[in-house]
Amino acid sequence: MEQVKEKNRKKFQVSELSQYGIYFAFIVLCIIFAISNPVFLSLGNIINILRQISFNAILAMGMTMVIITGGIDLSVGSVLAIAAVVSASFIKTAEPVLPVGGAVLAGLAIGALCGFFNGLFVTAGNLPPFIATMVMMTIARGGAQLYTKGRPVSGLLPGFTFLGSGFILGIPVPVYLLAVVVLITYFILNKTRTGRWIYAVGGNESAARASGIKVHRVKMTAYIYCGMLAAFVGLIMTARLNSASPVVGDGYELDAIAAAVIGGTSMEGGKGKVFNVLLGALIIGTISNGLDILNVSSYWQQIVKGLIILVAVLIDRKASK
Amino acid sequence: MSYLQIKNINKSFHGVAALKNISFDIELGEIHVIIGENGAGKSTLMKIIDGLYTQDSGELILKGEPLQMNSPVEAISHGIAMIHQELMPVPYMTVAENVFLGREPRTKWGTLDRKAIFRETAELFEDMKLNIDPRAEMRTLSVAQIQLVEIAKAVSFNSDLLIMDEPTSAISDREIDNLFELIFRLRARNKAIVFISHKLDEIFRVADRITVLRDGEYIATRRREELTRDGLIEMMIGRELKDVYEKRDIKPGEVLLEVQNLTKKGKYQDISFEVRKGEVLGIAGLMGAGRTEVAEAIFGLEPCDSGKILINGKEVTIRDTSDAIDHGIALVPEDRKELGLNLRDTTGFNISLSDLKEFVEMGMLNKKAENARVDEAIKTFNVKVTGRKTPVVSLSGGNQQKVVIAKWMMVEPEILILDEPTRGIDIGAKAEIYKLINRFAKEGKAVIMISSELLEIIGMSDRVVVLSEGHMTGVLCGEEINQMEIMKHATIQTKIG
Repeated sequence: MEQVKEKNRKKFQVSELSQYGIYFAFIVLCIIFAISNPVFLSLGNIINILRQISFNAILAMGMTMVIITGGIDLSVGSVLAIAAVVSASFIKTAEPVLPVGGAVLAGLAIGALCGFFNGLFVTAGNLPPFIATMVMMTIARGGAQLYTKGRPVSGLLPGFTFLGSGFILGIPVPVYLLAVVVLITYFILNKTRTGRWIYAVGGNESAARASGIKVHRVKMTAYIYCGMLAAFVGLIMTARLNSASPVVGDGYELDAIAAAVIGGTSMEGGKGKVFNVLLGALIIGTISNGLDILNVSSYWQQIVKGLIILVAVLIDRKASK
Repeated sequence: MSYLQIKNINKSFHGVAALKNISFDIELGEIHVIIGENGAGKSTLMKIIDGLYTQDSGELILKGEPLQMNSPVEAISHGIAMIHQELMPVPYMTVAENVFLGREPRTKWGTLDRKAIFRETAELFEDMKLNIDPRAEMRTLSVAQIQLVEIAKAVSFNSDLLIMDEPTSAISDREIDNLFELIFRLRARNKAIVFISHKLDEIFRVADRITVLRDGEYIATRRREELTRDGLIEMMIGRELKDVYEKRDIKPGEVLLEVQNLTKKGKYQDISFEVRKGEVLGIAGLMGAGRTEVAEAIFGLEPCDSGKILINGKEVTIRDTSDAIDHGIALVPEDRKELGLNLRDTTGFNISLSDLKEFVEMGMLNKKAENARVDEAIKTFNVKVTGRKTPVVSLSGGNQQKVVIAKWMMVEPEILILDEPTRGIDIGAKAEIYKLINRFAKEGKAVIMISSELLEIIGMSDRVVVLSEGHMTGVLCGEEINQMEIMKHATIQTKIG
């Protein structure tokens, strides 16, 4: 009995370490960059970092929810693109089909639809999430290309561009949007029954089913949410660039997964924390921003990012042992 | 001198003795059956002989030499091989590649000698008269064929002792005949075969000698001719009821749950029984009798093909577990790690999981109310934890089981099904769980308790339904609830249509 207790205590400490380790890592990173170049800590640069990470962090929120259910969503980059081009085509200045609000809703609906199909493949189709969402990744990308015949859509209603390039109180709108998405995700995962079910399904799917949880519905929710957030990022990005291209978002899924993993989300499911994932995105953003300031080549940046993911996962493995 | 002498072997896990001073011999050229109830220590003993566990004290003497082993690989080098209950072949490799897995012959160039693999496997199979294609993919084989391949593989290591842990549990009668033929051929070649089984009929068919274990103790070894069926059952169970079973003094009320003709192809057929308010209905039977499957049908985990479920006299449809919960049914599953708990989360998370709707206020979980109820449950069910945030994975088996029971009590079910509620937990926790079951029955609720432990069934049940091979072979009440009657009904051979 005593021995068991001892073991628990030890385990507790390690997992505690991995929980706070990420905060620690972030602070160390900031100090190093700040010493190397004071510009790093300037208000302008901090706002810049926040804006840079907003896209990835929003994607990471949906991705985290899916990963907690024990799945993965490789389609976010493509879903982002198809939602972007379709909504953009509705609100071209030359021939607006819909008001701005309508276009936003249409974009989100497309994202939800893609997520719905992802969920359907995974639940009813019983496909491995990796395969199911890879299928969607290809189809949505193709769809975006087909819809625009491969050309970007540009020249959008001014009300729309505010979403991506506007400022409120000196802070870019995407940063506010990120904050809202983070809070909503936190709310769902931590304050609702659905959230609890998401953890339960990822933690032990058969036990969840035996507990009266409708496992398929829960997974569906996660994929739809992830798809909608991907579409949302597509909209903000379009608004920021005042144009939508069918090739945007390529490879974004990997950064979103990286943020989730650095934030301690377990790829096996059942474990993950919203604010840690936000921090994960922040760490990725800070590294590229800091290395940019230090004039480190983007090739090196990729190597550093890889190493950081490696370390994060190793710590996570240790902790869960 | 005997081939293998087992001398004064002791083994305990976490202070609970699993084997107490076991001594007997195994000879070459014999089929030695080891029999005993679940928890008697058969598997533990076999794992010690196979080098998977090390005994706390005592020794194994092989051909006169004390045997020191630390792994199954070393056991093989001593000529001891175990055919596991769960077979572990590589499905996408051929049969021959599986046979030579880890010791593949190579050509003089250092590359894989595939020709030799197939040639030698074919020779091996021919020698053992097995009609299996070495080039077939492993996954195309039946369980019985895989078993034969595993045995052939063990023989190819020049093993003298083959240990088979319930080899007939998942195969058909004809395949059993094939298996026995092979075993008899091996005996003729002067191999020793240790055979673990529950099935009395087949034990009397194959055994030369039979060793009985009970509660981790050695009872006796007898030649087959010296034993009768009843005599063997008595040896297996002959002990007195302990006072852990507190008698309830209540009269069952009206019928709460009734099932009629539940049938699932290949699993169970025409199962009908009823449970009354305040009653504990035991379901007894051997492993694979279909007990768990019937429970899973009532709880909506694996719906039946046909049959009716009635609650309070009204027929209900149960498509999934949430339907079952809505009808006031709860199931404490047999496999608590697989079906009962989310081991990646906390005690509190697990306890409230099935009852979250109680805490929803305007779409939000009221954590204060939830935590209060969880803390209360931890206290009521005497779960030994530092707090609700203790990871459930760190708890002992007994405490984990209490968490699962607490979780289902939160739902306040009317009908509670417990599948092997005390498997793998110590006697103290057992007694607590019996108390909970009694309290539940006293509240006028209905309990179905599935168990392989006869003492538990006898001590707790008002009535007992006995299943054998998917059929109901008896409903016992009053004086009929005794070990002989249950064992007799549980070993009746039937056929599922």
